[in-house]
Amino acid sequence: MATIEISCIEVWREISNYLDDEITADLRERMEAHFNVCAHCTAIFDGLRNVVHLVGDKEVFQMPEGFEKRLYKRIRKGP
Amino acid sequence: MEQTEPPANEAELIKKVCDGDREAFYELVRPYERLVYATAFSILKNPADTEDVAQEAVFKAFSHLKSFRGESKFSTWLIQITYNEAKMKLRKTRPHLYESLDSQHQSDEGDYWPTDFADWRPIPSEILQESEVRKALENAINSLGPIYREVLILRDLNGLSVKETMAILGISISNVKSRLHRARLQLRDSLAPGIDGLLSGGQSYRKVRTW
Repeated sequence: MATIEISCIEVWREISNYLDDEITADLRERMEAHFNVCAHCTAIFDGLRNVVHLVGDKEVFQMPEGFEKRLYKRIRKGP
Repeated sequence: MEQTEPPANEAELIKKVCDGDREAFYELVRPYERLVYATAFSILKNPADTEDVAQEAVFKAFSHLKSFRGESKFSTWLIQITYNEAKMKLRKTRPHLYESLDSQHQSDEGDYWPTDFADWRPIPSEILQESEVRKALENAINSLGPIYREVLILRDLNGLSVKETMAILGISISNVKSRLHRARLQLRDSLAPGIDGLLSGGQSYRKVRTW
């Protein structure tokens, strides 16, 4: 059976759910068919995946120097 | 997302702490310190308040650990405490911001469409070694609207599931998804051209951007 084509706009609307695998198998298949032929949507998807990867990296939002030491001091201090 | 699997000895550590071993608590909480900090920062956006709240939240977890029943992961419980503490702090110190975060009337804006089509190939996370990139990413996250930022931090930085995020924020699954969607696309739009240029050695981007 032929895959029913979907538009770029439909792809954009679901692109974050696609990344999280929160879509139906049918929609996934249609989106993958779209990515195969659409460079724009592929670029957007690559970027989105990179953003998620970067946000999850340990290098982001580093704690300030001495944070842990002050934290343990607070715990020792008690209520 | 770095943490989804708790350390193998977590239950044992929790028991030790409940039996009065404070050192075990340090070990228990160490993997999540940065997540606590980032969660508080995402709401307060101010290092001094963030540190206060992070300390109070971790202390609260320590002193109430006996009431942790293991119905959620320890990390989720700790993040929930942090989130609540941060919102309380915001209400006390900056009530107008609290209103905007907490208002029941806050509605998600309509669809968000990408505005930038720069090609951004898969990249190694080594680029985060460049402090300008890290700073640019943090600035881009900070410039998101609060309801989008909090979802992004819980999901993509803390690595919580959609359901855990929903429970902490008290919003629907579809709101979690749509806010996350917008947050990610906005970040991509603000970062893609610069990072693409940086990676391909694109000096033209370096000229117009500081990173």
